[in-house]
Amino acid sequence: MVLERRADAGPWALILSPLLAVALTLASSVAIFWFLGQDPWRALNVYFLMPVSDFWGIQEVAVKATPLVLIAVGLALCFRSNNWNIGAEGQFLIGAICGGGIAVWTHGWGGPWVLPLMLMCGALGGALYALIPAVLKVKLRVNEILVSLMLVYVAEFLLDWLVRGPWRDPFGFNMPQTVTFARDATLPVLFDGGRMNLGTVIALVVVAVAAVVMARTLKGFEIRLVGEAPRAARFAGFSDTRLTITVFAVSGALAGLAGVMEAAGTVRQLLPGFSPGYGFTAIIVAFLGRLNPVGCLIAGVFIAITFIGGENAQIILRLPRDMTLVFQGLLLFYILACDTLILYRLRPSPRRAAA
Amino acid sequence: MTLATAILLTVITAATPLLIAAIGELVVERSGVLNLGVEGMMIMGAATGVATAIVTGSSALGVLAAIGAGMALAALFALLTLGLAANQVASGLALTIFGLGLSGVVGAPFVGMQREGIGKIALPLLSDIPVIGPILFRQDPFVYASLALVAGVAWFLWRTKAGLTLRACGENPVSAHALGYPVLRIRLYAVLFGGACAGLAGAYLSLVLTPFWTAGMTAGRGWIALAIVVFASWLPLRAMLGAYLFGGLIILQLHAQTAGVAVPSQLLAALPYLITILALTLIMAARRGAGGVAPAGLGQPFTPDR
Repeated sequence: MVLERRADAGPWALILSPLLAVALTLASSVAIFWFLGQDPWRALNVYFLMPVSDFWGIQEVAVKATPLVLIAVGLALCFRSNNWNIGAEGQFLIGAICGGGIAVWTHGWGGPWVLPLMLMCGALGGALYALIPAVLKVKLRVNEILVSLMLVYVAEFLLDWLVRGPWRDPFGFNMPQTVTFARDATLPVLFDGGRMNLGTVIALVVVAVAAVVMARTLKGFEIRLVGEAPRAARFAGFSDTRLTITVFAVSGALAGLAGVMEAAGTVRQLLPGFSPGYGFTAIIVAFLGRLNPVGCLIAGVFIAITFIGGENAQIILRLPRDMTLVFQGLLLFYILACDTLILYRLRPSPRRAAA
Repeated sequence: MTLATAILLTVITAATPLLIAAIGELVVERSGVLNLGVEGMMIMGAATGVATAIVTGSSALGVLAAIGAGMALAALFALLTLGLAANQVASGLALTIFGLGLSGVVGAPFVGMQREGIGKIALPLLSDIPVIGPILFRQDPFVYASLALVAGVAWFLWRTKAGLTLRACGENPVSAHALGYPVLRIRLYAVLFGGACAGLAGAYLSLVLTPFWTAGMTAGRGWIALAIVVFASWLPLRAMLGAYLFGGLIILQLHAQTAGVAVPSQLLAALPYLITILALTLIMAARRGAGGVAPAGLGQPFTPDR
């Protein structure tokens, strides 16, 4: 069998491939549920429909989708230009630490200026943390995948130390957590009684800005060109060094912003195990969204639904929580495979005289 | 046994899983494929290894199952990256996410079930030599296997025609293909070998080092193994050196924690990861201007056009 590039792969193929991947993942999950002795239809209902069956559930989906979409939009910029930032989880945590630190520090005497300062510090912290692998990559050609990933572990230990040590709530019964943030240090909720907050609006604005930048500006063109035709980009005079620094800083800032918004909007304090792995899941969101900002938005909502579905399944069906990871991994496999199968076609090897 | 001997023994046990996984990935990368799924294959090896050993009561079957699980995941990766020429970085990440999830599902029924670890084999007479006897000749079978792997891979890559062909596929797949070598099939074998090694390394974790299952027990060892390959400049003997250095570091850090050094325990626990970054930086700084030492075709998908 040989792979042959299709001449007729039109724009429809770009939308078809993620849809096909989702369909294949659903089919595989039916098989897995059946194998585990679950009623597949009931399980699918728990995973995909229950999370969006009422307004409260939809708000929860928005709460989960917000960090995923924000991080994925940044990662899409990186991946498009062949910069492999795998450490968004670390940048997310550092953002939460930098912003949350302001909340802990100003606890009891802050004012309305606290929240904007937190958001700024969170984004800045994430960006600086992402610059470590970026600078090492451009200066010494150190592998950015490994460095950014190692920094995730470092960020986890830093958070653990802070909430058990210097930042621990003195009246928290010795629990490893900070104080609950004051009103000035939390993002306002959009609807009474729900958890959806201003962060969701900020995420939507970021998606819109990123979509315009990618489609309509020179920088967007540069990012696409460096990824798709690095040689042509160099002839055009684009510096890939500067671009690497830029996309790492932007994606780090977005991950950091997502982190501080998770701290200020959803969790309202810092504690270990604060992130359910948003930084890693966002990698899948970015690919499912075809490395396109609007695509990331749609993909983020879908993955957020399965996140909540996974939590429901743990309670209702007693399935291990890791099932969600299995589905996410499968989904990414299918996306990658579908991309090839749609852009190329499998053809039996031509029977020629042996060369 | 003196304290120094005891410490050296623990260093060897900490280094062995890193070494086994790294030597497997080294062969994979030499063939031009970058498999970032080592962590996923390793933890699947750990989960299936201990699960099979508990169900069947046989450690040997556990080890075989672990190798099989690593190879099965590697085959999935090969299907994507070799069969469908998909992006190797993304496929490797998918493999890690998938493996971490599936290992949790497979291991869930076995949480907290302790069993006796695989014992050590003492070579008669030789193990009675003072100091070096216990270190060199009273080890578990994995340690001997890891050393055999290093020697075998070094011999294979530089002393056999097949090894030369494999390296050619990594340096210049187009030329290797033009010379009539089946590049994709050779890469497939390399990827499967890497999967077997990662699975074996996982089995070491769950059958010897800590003889029970805990979710996420690889704790980034697969990634450190990947770093060791870079650190070792894709050379087997240097990979061995790198693995023992990292093993030493992990043990040093543990001893510092128990000795109550006046440093937060989290800083000590973060040390292996920080040192990995430092080591990668230093090695790249030292190599500056010396040209690339990585296989030239590393990470590039190859599709034979006819």
